[in-house]
Formats: sequence, structure tokens, C-alpha cells
Amino acid sequence: MKTHLMLAGALSLIATMAAAEDKPVLTVYAPDYFTSDWGPGPAIEKGFEAICDCDLKFVAGDVLPRILLEGDKTQADIAIGLNTDVTAKARATGLFAPHNEDTSNLTMPVKWTDPIFLPFDWSELAFVYDKTKLKTPPKSFEELLDAPKDAYKIVIEDPRSSIAGLSLLLWVKDIYGDKAEQAWEKMAPKVLTVTPGWSEAYGMFTDGEADMVLSYVTSPAYHIMAEKDDSKVAAIFPEGHYFTPELVAQLKTSKHPELAQKFMDYVLSPEFQGMIATANWSFPAKLPHDQLPEVFQTLPMPDKTLYLGEDEAEKLRGPALDEWQRAFAK
Amino acid sequence: MATRLREITPAALASAALAALVLGALAAVAIRAGGLTGLRATDLAAIRFTLWQAALSALLSCLLAIPVARALHRRRFPGRGLLISLLGAPFILPVIVAVFGLIAVFGRRGLVNAALAPFGVEPISIYGAHGVIIAHVFFNLPLATRMILHGWEAIPTERFRLAASLRFGPAEVTRHLERPMLRAVLPGASLAIFLVCLTSFAVALTLGGGPRATTVELAIYQAFRFDFDMGRAASLALVQVAISVTALLIAARVTTPASFGAGHDRTSLPIPQLSVGAGRATLDALAILLAAAFLLAPIGAVFARGLPALPELPAMIWPATLTSLGIALASTLVTLIIALPLALAATRHRWAEIAAMLPMTASALVMGTGAFLIARPFVNPTSLALPMVLLTNAALSIPFATRILMPEIRTLQADYDRLAASLGLRGLARLRLLTLPRLARPLGFSAGLAAAFSMGDLGVITLFSDGQTRTLPLALFQLMGSYRMDQAAGAATLLLTLTFALFWALDRAGHHADPR
Repeated sequence: MKTHLMLAGALSLIATMAAAEDKPVLTVYAPDYFTSDWGPGPAIEKGFEAICDCDLKFVAGDVLPRILLEGDKTQADIAIGLNTDVTAKARATGLFAPHNEDTSNLTMPVKWTDPIFLPFDWSELAFVYDKTKLKTPPKSFEELLDAPKDAYKIVIEDPRSSIAGLSLLLWVKDIYGDKAEQAWEKMAPKVLTVTPGWSEAYGMFTDGEADMVLSYVTSPAYHIMAEKDDSKVAAIFPEGHYFTPELVAQLKTSKHPELAQKFMDYVLSPEFQGMIATANWSFPAKLPHDQLPEVFQTLPMPDKTLYLGEDEAEKLRGPALDEWQRAFAK
Repeated sequence: MATRLREITPAALASAALAALVLGALAAVAIRAGGLTGLRATDLAAIRFTLWQAALSALLSCLLAIPVARALHRRRFPGRGLLISLLGAPFILPVIVAVFGLIAVFGRRGLVNAALAPFGVEPISIYGAHGVIIAHVFFNLPLATRMILHGWEAIPTERFRLAASLRFGPAEVTRHLERPMLRAVLPGASLAIFLVCLTSFAVALTLGGGPRATTVELAIYQAFRFDFDMGRAASLALVQVAISVTALLIAARVTTPASFGAGHDRTSLPIPQLSVGAGRATLDALAILLAAAFLLAPIGAVFARGLPALPELPAMIWPATLTSLGIALASTLVTLIIALPLALAATRHRWAEIAAMLPMTASALVMGTGAFLIARPFVNPTSLALPMVLLTNAALSIPFATRILMPEIRTLQADYDRLAASLGLRGLARLRLLTLPRLARPLGFSAGLAAAFSMGDLGVITLFSDGQTRTLPLALFQLMGSYRMDQAAGAATLLLTLTFALFWALDRAGHHADPR
């Protein structure tokens, strides 16, 4: 029961039996979901190997903690699937090299100027519900907070163990500022429970146990495209939704810097970007709207996007966590 | 002297290995962090909550297990053996699967609330501190029941016959037979459960309903991941070890061997005179029915939920299944090879008992990180992948195996030491002729548990996975992580079925190998 924690334990003595092949090996550290058969990993591996004359090896696990432990002896050439919550820490190590890509024409609602961490996809947080079951969904964040306590039960993720949970913390902080703790106090009675990760929360929602789940604006796309089910809907709030990009970076210590750079170029290529929507159920970072799958083109989207920069998020998350804990302790 | 030394050498080696694994890892993390860091107020709250929930879970599991074990001991009915095995199922399930089973029964939209609704009863909620306790009892009642049932079965039939011929009433039977047995078994059983609950993470979080149910393990996780404070993580891990060792010493102090003396080795059959009476029969039936309903309904819910998805499972599930089976069998073997000498020594040497329990006391997160830090300067950790998966799985089963073996070893030693000594039976001959046959049942049960643990274990493989090699639980989790909840439910049903089959086969094999 405790062992699955080791997943995060950064231990990751991972089985990349060094391939005794002549081709150079590009080692890519990626989160576990990324390399699974249903993630974008397999297609990316195939696509890149077709153009690089190299062997791309994924090492699945907890990306940044592992690199932090390995320091400058890390085997990684590329780290993919990083979230914005760890970039400050990652940057401070000085282990990462600039991406050298032009980020001026990305197709994201947020202007991106980071020279090291390159977004490859993005989405925005949202509360997802089933419109056939929930007749009076909240029309704004304010309405969600003010709803009577038995109006609906929401399941959220813990900010201490989940990036979605942490992003929610910042979302509330961004909207409510000094009043964030009161906002949490209003939300708490409607929170059915807090799960360690996204999977547990989403599973409780699809099983019908919870009426709403903290997920992403792009979640309904999966149900529409893969299950022909349009009952799952993201509630869109006028206060704005929190932006959640996923990032990739190359390591300074890479033994194949040209290959690593080539991979960074590949990340923004139409081929890579074209796979993202249906493999990762999120928006590609650089793909014109009209080239997205039709369902993604017509997904209801918020007018306003909220995003705290790295420094501000880093500064706020400690106090915001304390507020969250205090509000739930009452 | 030389013989004594030779006898404890295997146990000493096993102890040293476990101590190096657990304490060495902790030290490595502390050194890397540049020392221990002080705890925060929220950490102290987490320690308090952890102690409270673990103690209460252990107490309730054991108290509830007594009537169930007694009823199972006294009654014979068709399917009893299968029921006893089935009752063990919650303990061997992967946590996340079991939690979903509990929610299907006790959740907002669960069976219980659906049954209560027509009567206008207020819906019950499983979320909160009580939910954590219910879940822990659900997980650990089977373990407690089995350990106590083993205790009952270890009382020689002759003693019950004597009691019957002396016209003992229930009170006398309790005083002269049952209470001494419970004194011998209960401390160990509560300790094992206390330790399991001490490091609880996902259950406490998912059913705890929020940050009030923060355990030490979650605080460690937070220190590591949220605050990047390895020093505090090491401090918290040390607190966990200290609590565990204290609990261990207390349990050892209150344990007294039952020493009923050896019998004629007949299967312990219920003596009619001691179990007649409509009242007692009703109570026994009630205990068995309630326990079965509580333990089996969530399992049944998981099984039924995934059944329709079984034919739609993706092809990759089958190699994953084979990997899981292979790892489970190998890790079972390692568990037994290490646990048996430890358990044999543990009844006489406290250090062996402490060493055997160490893997349970340590934070998995800290242990994993520490092992990584230790291995790195010497070898490429990646080349250790498979042995590490095996060893970690085994290490986490050793405490249970040792605990299950210990009470019976005490009895064995009390009953047969003098006879064996007078016959000059020692070394391998003693192992083959006396120890192994006499311990066949607990060995089979331990092997079943170890295999099931390894089968249902999610975590260790994720550390070693290269994204292509995967086990069944990892495949399940990957399916969940990519919206494929129905297929994940199918994988859960498959996992549940295979894990149980493995557990059942090994457990039964133990029963068959028992000469009694």
C-alpha cells in the first residue's frame, strides 16, 4: 500500500538497459502517462527516429526529482512533461540549456518568453460535470462558491501531490487574492474529498460518485471523440481559467547536444504538434486553430486566461497552501 | 557455542541486509540534505493524526476479528475454506482498487445509501476520519482474522477435549484456552496493523475528505515534492521509525507465549459440547455473515464493474500480466528465504524481530530515494532494475511473513525443542523433518500474501519502468491516467482474479502440506 509512493520517490533506478547499438541514444525523461501506449510517447519515438538516425529512449518516472538527485551526472538529454510548478527549482540548478526556439508565434493564450522551458501543449483548469445529471451547474466561480452546500459535490486534487491541485490553489489565489481563504471556506462544504492525483478524482467523477471534478477544459474532448459521449461538459467561468502548459527542456550535460536541439525543433514541428490533441487531450502549443481536430475547434473556451508567472507563483504557493489547509481544518 | 553461532548466522545476515536497506537509505537522504531539519506545526498535527488513526484502526480490526475468527474456528460448513481465503482478499488488493470498491458500497451513490434511501434515512458519508478508519479496518480485518484463526487452530484438540470432559462452560474455556492464546497472538496482530496504518497515504487522503486527514507519509511527500526539503523529509521518516520501534517494544513486552503443550497432532476440530446452544450458533452465524458482507461486497463491486470490459482489454495487458506473475513468484521465494530464518531467530532475539519489521516502518519515499543515492556512485542504477523490483517487493512482505510465522514458531519451540534436542535433531534435518512441516500452514499463508502483494504492487515498477516494461497494476494506472476508466476497471477485475488465484493456490498448498 505504501509502495506506490516510491513512484514519486525519485529513486527511479530505471530500466534503460543501455542499448548496445551503434546509433547514438537520445535519452528522454518523461512522466509515466506520457510514455504509455495511450500517451504521445510511442508516436513521438517513431516520428523522431525516422528523421534523426538515432535511438530515442524514454525513461519514465518522476522527471525533476530524479534529475535533482542525479545532478550533473544525469543521463537525461531531454526532460519532457515538466509543469510550471517546478521550473523555478529546475532553473536554479543551472542544469538546463536554452531551447533556442522562436516562441513569438505559439498558439497559446499566454505570451511565452522563457528562454529555457519550452511549452509543447497547454490546457486550462476547469470543473467538469455531466450535463444530464447536473441541471444547475455554476455559471461563475462566484456562483460555485455561493451555491448551497448540498447543491453539488466536487472532488479536487491535493495541491501537495498533484499539479492540478496546485494549479487550483493558484487559480483561487489569482481571482480572490487576500480573500482566498474565505473563498476556500465557502468551497470546502461542497468538496466531497481530496484525492492524491487526477486519476482517482476523475474516476470518482465518471463513476458518478462526485457531481463535478477539477480537470481541464479539454477533458470533454476525450468523451466526445473516443466515446461519442457529449454529456461531459466543462463549466466556463467569466472570472477566467488558470493556464496549465506542459514543458520540455534540454540538459546542458547532454552528450549529444545537436540531437537534443534537433528534438527541441521536432517538438514544435507540425508532425509533433499534430499528434498532441488526441494523444494528450490538450491543445498543441503551436498549431493553427483550423488544423485542430474539429471537436477541439468547437470546445467552449473561457474568454479570459489567468496565469501567474513563475516568480509570483513560487512566492504565493507556500502561503496559499497554508490558507487552504486552514480553511479545510474548520 | 559454534552451533549457536551457526544457527543465528542466516538471521544475522538477513537482519544486516534489511537494516542497511532501511537505515542506510535514511542516512543517505539525511547526509545528502546536509542534516535533519526541524519539524513544523503542521507536521506535529500529522503525527498526532497518524498515531490516532493507526491505533484506532489496529484496535478495531483486532476486536472485530475475535468473534469472526472464533466463529470460523467453531463452525464447519460447505465452502468454509473458500470463504476463509476470500475474506483475505481486501488485504491483497491494490489500494486504489479497494478504495473504489469501498466507494461503490459506502459512497454517496453506493449500495448502502441506495438501500437506505427508500426508508427516508439520512445518507451516510464515508468521507472523513471515520472513512479512513472504516477503510483501514476493511484492509486489515482479514489479516487480524487470519492471524487469530491460526492461533485458535494451533490450540491442540486434546485441550478442547479435556475442557469438554471437564464440563467447562464458555467462561472457563475463555479463561483457560482462549485468553492465553489471544495474549500470544493479539499484540503481534495489532502491531502489524498499526504499522500498516502508520504509513498510510492514499487511503487516508482519498477517504479522509481533505487536509485534516494528513498522515506523516503525506507530510514526507509534501516535504519532498512541495517544499523540496529533504532534511525535513528525513526527520519525519526518522519519527516514523522511532514510533514503529517503540510500538514494537511495547508489543513484545505484553506478548506471552501460550504454551499449551504438544498434542497428538490431529486437525483442530470443533468440539460439539463447546459450541452448542442456539444463542452461540446465532452469534457465530451473524459474525461470519456480517464480516463476509463487509469484506466481500466492495470486492464484488470491483469485480462486477470490470467484468463487461474484460473482452475489450488492450493486447498490452497480457505481457504485463506475465511480467507481474513472474515477479510475484520470484519475490515470494525471496520473502520466504529471508523471513523464515528471521522468524526462527526473532522468538529468541529481539534484534531479529526489529530487523524483520524495519521495512514496514520506513517511509517508502525516503527508502527509495536513499537506495538510489547509495547505488549511484557504484553502479548505474538502471542495471539493477529487476533485482531491485524483486527485493523491494520482498522487503515489504517480510514483516508480514515474519509476524505470521512467529506465534507458531513460539509454539513449535515450546513444544518440540526438548524432544528435538534429545534426538539430536538439528540443522537441515530439523528444518526438513520438523520446522517446515509444522510451519506449512503459516508458510503457505505468508507465501500467498507475499505473492499477492507483489502482484498488486504498483509503485516499485514505476520507478524502474522504461515506459515499455510494465506490470499489470502499472497498466491499470496508465489506463486510468488516460481517461480509459472502463478498461481500467476491466484490468482491475483481471488483477483481482489473478491475485486472488495466486494467493488461494499458495495458501491451500500450505494446508495440504501440513501433516496434521
